[in-house]
Amino acid sequence: MAEVEETLKRIQTHKGVIGTIVVNAEGIPIRTTLDNSTTVQYAGLLHQLTMKARSTVRDIDPQNDLTFLRIRSKKHEIMVAPDKEYMLIVIQNPSE
Amino acid sequence: DRHLSRCDTKINVIVHFCDRKDEDDGTEIGEGGDEWMHGKTLIKPPDQLDLTEAELKEEFTRILTANNPHAPQNIVRYSFKERSYKPISSVDQLAVHFFLEGNLLHRDSDEARRQKAKQGLPDEKATVALECDVSFFPQLQAAGGEEAGDVEEGGGEDGAHSVDSKTGKKEQKLTNQFNFSERASQTLNNPLRERGCQTEPPPRASFSATANQWEIYDVYLEEMQKQEKNKEKAKAVPKKEDDKVIYVLAKVAKIIERMVNQNTFDDIAQDFRYFEDASDEFREQEGTLLPLWKFQYDQAKRLSVTALCWNQSYKDLFAVGLGSYDFTKQGRGMLVFYSLKNSTYPEYNYPTTSGILCLDIHPDRPYLVAVGFYDGCVAVYNLKEERPEPVYKSSSKSGKHTDPVWQVRWQKDDMDNHQNFFSVSSDGRVVSWTLVKSELVFTDIIKLSLVGAVSEGPEGVPPPTMACGTSFDFHKQINYLFLVGTEEGKIHKCSKAYSSQFLETYDAHNMAVDAVKWNQFHPKVFISCSSDWTVKIWDHTIRTPVFIFDLNAAVGDVAWSPYSSTVFAAVTADGKVHVFDLGINKYEAICQQPVVAKKKTKLTHIEFNPVYPIIIVGDDRGYVTSLKLSPNLRSKPKEKKGQELPRGPEVEIAKMEKLLSLLREPENSKA
Repeated sequence: MAEVEETLKRIQTHKGVIGTIVVNAEGIPIRTTLDNSTTVQYAGLLHQLTMKARSTVRDIDPQNDLTFLRIRSKKHEIMVAPDKEYMLIVIQNPSE
Repeated sequence: DRHLSRCDTKINVIVHFCDRKDEDDGTEIGEGGDEWMHGKTLIKPPDQLDLTEAELKEEFTRILTANNPHAPQNIVRYSFKERSYKPISSVDQLAVHFFLEGNLLHRDSDEARRQKAKQGLPDEKATVALECDVSFFPQLQAAGGEEAGDVEEGGGEDGAHSVDSKTGKKEQKLTNQFNFSERASQTLNNPLRERGCQTEPPPRASFSATANQWEIYDVYLEEMQKQEKNKEKAKAVPKKEDDKVIYVLAKVAKIIERMVNQNTFDDIAQDFRYFEDASDEFREQEGTLLPLWKFQYDQAKRLSVTALCWNQSYKDLFAVGLGSYDFTKQGRGMLVFYSLKNSTYPEYNYPTTSGILCLDIHPDRPYLVAVGFYDGCVAVYNLKEERPEPVYKSSSKSGKHTDPVWQVRWQKDDMDNHQNFFSVSSDGRVVSWTLVKSELVFTDIIKLSLVGAVSEGPEGVPPPTMACGTSFDFHKQINYLFLVGTEEGKIHKCSKAYSSQFLETYDAHNMAVDAVKWNQFHPKVFISCSSDWTVKIWDHTIRTPVFIFDLNAAVGDVAWSPYSSTVFAAVTADGKVHVFDLGINKYEAICQQPVVAKKKTKLTHIEFNPVYPIIIVGDDRGYVTSLKLSPNLRSKPKEKKGQELPRGPEVEIAKMEKLLSLLREPENSKA
């Protein structure tokens, strides 16, 4: 139980991590370390993208499922790990 | 005046006129009467007017007109032209005295025709009937009453006949639009009333979904799982913990953590996978070790690494046992599992009360870990379970060792399919432990006794008879054969079958034998190392070592490589790793490299990864460092041009054999 809390804490304090967001199945952010407007923006956009990506993977093979989605941009890297009901988004600056 | 004779009053009719004016009438009638009345005398009524002669002779004129005396004579009508009432000149003088509506119709009128037509039938019927009657009359007369039935029948027949004729007649009659009569009737129309009521509209929600192939697949999977659950009829309902958001994220959080780490240590991951030291081509035979991840755990800082073991099934998972070798500083210990995917935090960790000295992961069941403690206990942990305690633990009642346990090893499942493992300890016993249900059952396999001259101790104290085992290893192929290294520096070759005698004893070292290991490929070769700075390689049929290497520092551990029969590595107390390849260089290490920053740290253990070209090295500060072997250290024998070299363990064995034969020959020749 507390392990998950600890894990999340470790992720948040890891080197280069800018913020973490927990989003539920409808795209509503539940937990975040960023400010409200940014959170809402990230949550909405990434939720849609993740759904699309998952749909793509499963259309090709229904027994397959999306484990992880990574978007590397010039400034930082956005990582999304979808779950059945929730989604964890982490924004990291890898080259820091 | 008339006078009628008195005698004629009875016979003669007295004509008496009530109308006094009508004297003439009287006279006329009188005249008339005169004709038949003889000798009539005029009788004068008493109330008759007495008129004079003159008046009597007066003539009155009477005119007969056809005027109606009752008709009004002064009808006036309003004339709009003259805007006044005007009398009508001609007044209707007709007076109807009697009116009777007759039932005579003109022959040619419609009604008459209709009636004629109607009458035509009854006429004929009547005539037919008449005919019947006429015809039947003689019959009746003839037969009398007996024919009454026939009459009726006949009547019936004729009736039928008449009906037929009637219907025939009816068919001829045509209806036309003038004769046609339409009948209609209007029923009562119920008054219409409109009633309405309004209900509350049901709650609405708009719903949209997609039906993809995978969504359908998901639904089918769920259905199947439900069915399976129903079939099983869950015996014990598993306890469901609070379904808070956070706890569902366990798996996801783990993935993210690994990814975050990968990002941070991206270059290391790349090196691990792809980096091959190009400079090895320039160095003839030497190789290098590239440091990769460094694993450390905060809570394990004061402890030293006492055991390392790779997991056979999950090639990136390894176990670290933490404790202390120092006799005076004995405290707690820890069992920690790391994955190469996450170097910052262990996957599993179990704190223990006593320092761990050795551990072994079951080759078939990667979740079972056997651990030996400094206090002599052995324990088995099940990684699948959540709790931090071991599933099995030996206690003083169940035959735990009285001295620290230096080595544990899993064995193959016994005949009852119980898992079992062996342990060796300083108390001189080699014990086999079997996991029976929830208990550890022990069996002493062998007791190590001192071999050699027994010298009397001071003051007549009987010398200790038990040797202290410090390490052992089981033969890879021959199940019952194993080697035990002791604190006295001897190595005994034993068999599981013989519990009191050794098969062989080797005088190996001057100090305690820290590690003894069979070669992975060659069935006869084993290696041993000791704190007396030496590493020795043996052929178990020969009592003297085949190779001896002096490493200038106490050797903590030695390990054979899984990919070559001639490569092994050793770690020393001066922080160096030595890698040897006997196929390349029989006398010197091809790599000697310090791997820890601080010089005072001693390296305690080393293990090769079964798959990847990396080694992990543990030191006495609690750190585990992973290093990548450069290509030179992993060299395979050169291929002859155009000839494919056979791979596999036979090659390795042959390699080793070749080496050994080279050594043996001079010996033989010497002998």
